[in-house]
Amino acid sequence: MRHTITLLVDNESGVLSRIAGLFSARGFNIESLNVAETLEPDTSRITLVTSGDDFIIQQIIKRFNNMVNVIKVSDLTDEVRVEREMVLVRVDARPDTRADILRTADIFRAKVIDVGARSYTLELTGDKDKVNAFIELLQPLGVKEIARTGTVAMKRESKAVRKGEER
Amino acid sequence: MFFETLLHEGIDVVFGIPGGYVLKVYDVMSKYEDRLRHVLARHEQGATHMADGYARASGKPGVVLCTSGPAATNTVTGIATAQMDSSPIVVFTGQVPLPYLGSDAFQEADHIGITRPCTKHNYLVRKTADLPRAMKEAFYIAGTGRPSPVLVDMPKDVLLGEDELVIPDSVGLRGYKPPTKGHHGQIKRAVEMLLAAKKPLVFGGGGLIWSGATEELKELAHRLQIPVTLTLMGLGAYPSDDPLYISMLGMHGSYAANMAVHECDLVVSIGARFDDRATGGNFAKFAPNAKIIHIDIDPSTIDKNIVVHCPIVGDAKLVLRQMLDLLPAKVKNDRKEWSSQIKGWQKKHPYSYKQGDEKILTSYTIDTLSKITDGEAIIVSDVGQHQMWVAQWYKFKRPRTHITSGGLGTMGFGFPAAMGAKFAQPDKLVVGVCGDGSFQMNLQELATAVENRMDLKILLLNNGPHGMVRQWQTMFFDGNYSASKFGVLPDFVKLAESFGAVGLRASRPDDLEPTLREGLSTPGVVLMEIVVDYEELVYPMIAPGGAMNEMLLGPGAQLGNLADVADMA
Repeated sequence: MRHTITLLVDNESGVLSRIAGLFSARGFNIESLNVAETLEPDTSRITLVTSGDDFIIQQIIKRFNNMVNVIKVSDLTDEVRVEREMVLVRVDARPDTRADILRTADIFRAKVIDVGARSYTLELTGDKDKVNAFIELLQPLGVKEIARTGTVAMKRESKAVRKGEER
Repeated sequence: MFFETLLHEGIDVVFGIPGGYVLKVYDVMSKYEDRLRHVLARHEQGATHMADGYARASGKPGVVLCTSGPAATNTVTGIATAQMDSSPIVVFTGQVPLPYLGSDAFQEADHIGITRPCTKHNYLVRKTADLPRAMKEAFYIAGTGRPSPVLVDMPKDVLLGEDELVIPDSVGLRGYKPPTKGHHGQIKRAVEMLLAAKKPLVFGGGGLIWSGATEELKELAHRLQIPVTLTLMGLGAYPSDDPLYISMLGMHGSYAANMAVHECDLVVSIGARFDDRATGGNFAKFAPNAKIIHIDIDPSTIDKNIVVHCPIVGDAKLVLRQMLDLLPAKVKNDRKEWSSQIKGWQKKHPYSYKQGDEKILTSYTIDTLSKITDGEAIIVSDVGQHQMWVAQWYKFKRPRTHITSGGLGTMGFGFPAAMGAKFAQPDKLVVGVCGDGSFQMNLQELATAVENRMDLKILLLNNGPHGMVRQWQTMFFDGNYSASKFGVLPDFVKLAESFGAVGLRASRPDDLEPTLREGLSTPGVVLMEIVVDYEELVYPMIAPGGAMNEMLLGPGAQLGNLADVADMA
């Protein structure tokens, strides 16, 4: 099952390897991972999406809680939450496709952030399905490169993540 | 700064080896000679096992000091050993100067990366001023909650730097709050389950020892008349001469204990983690008729191998006290049927051996050692067949008298760990019990033992091959003894003498007891080589993946299709 986990961690070197190490030790893949500072510069929020056996994910979450650098952990999978990710897409821009590209961008409320002689670069924010659909529609027009941020997530009504709430 | 902080933390022994990037630390060491003893090991793995043995025998953190690169990687086996058995050691390594980090400098290794999975936490100290705080936190993390190893990596320029020494009074770690008392509601539930049970059983592990919960456990067991079995790591936590004690459980545990686990209606697990060697590894068939209460300080052990009915996260001693406080003054503790069932099993298949006139059996050797020392010595065993016979035949009475590498199963642990235990308990008789295979993995520390004028006894059980490997080859690989027999073995008596130790040997049953008595009463480092029968096998045995009531009880046992389950080993 797909899990969205969010962690508050100390903003210092090596923390990410500790987090990632628990997944590699179990042979699990991390689908997406996002790390950035919070309002306090000494704290980072990690949003992590993974798939796997629920039992083992619960074990991994308990181990996160044991880590000295992990301040709070929350599995948002069963929570009412908002999830977003951002993607940058560079598309071939030939005279005959430019209008199509801009129309697609318009429908998805994407922005054109770079225009060159041969390509347009578009920026889109949305949930995973919307991002996937956007890329899929642009594919026939010639997608050259994409860069996705991975999911960031929060509980609705923004209840702060509580420690050990999976127990 | 380094030594001031160590002394402030109450450390008085350090096991180490100097080298390039820690020379500054060693340079100032002589100033602290009167307050802090440095034991110069011959190999960093040896130093780490010594620190581990020290920690297990004393309950205080053991300290290792060494340089970078190969020195640090040599400690890894020792760190992993301590982690698997929840032993608090703090390893201080030198490191290349900060500007050279990651440049493949001489004797550089990524200590933090390499030890990340086998430590509870580790630190790379980046500023001289941060060193005391990192050290204080390291000791706090290692010694609280579930005890575990911590490594502190100290680049040379950080050690060379000068700064004001400020040792913080307290540790403030927002991400680390070790559990203490158990959840009241869960404890109430556990007590109700205990009072309702007809065939309860205490399944105790090493956590009892770290928590110091022996008295509380005795009180609970006696008030409710609950039989007690212990895991390998738990041995000593409950006196083996207590009538409620039914001996060790697990792969080579007693028939009675394993049958009791299989037949009981309530398992009260305290400070144990349901490891595959303790449960037979067949988690689906574990205690099929029982509800399970699991008391552990580490929440990540709950529901890891066995899904339990009543988890309680907390310190064993405090949780047991909370349970005792909730027990009614008078409880129904008449368990005649259950206790007679257990007595029946004990009578049917006790541990046994048949000592002949020709070859000495290891089981007989340990039994004799136990009788001579009245179960009062600190026994530090290595890994293999002899380790299991120690667990079966030595009658431990007190916590911290049985020390062994149970989780990682590190051959070569026993001898240096026995040295560490002796440093921790200089007034106690300490016997390192080793096999010929395991002793050869760290025998260089004989020099360290002699140099420190230790009063240490080594019981070396020489059977010729890697005994446990041979046992598995006998049982699961059609007697194909691939690479288990040593072509050459040293003359261990001469070996001991060459280091300045005393060497003794017994190879006939009649000589055993006199040799043991002579060895134990001879001062100094004494190696007693006992030449034992290589054909003796450890029984009972649960084949890997078997249920706990499926034991092989002796050489005549039906082996059936055991080769199929041997894959799970």
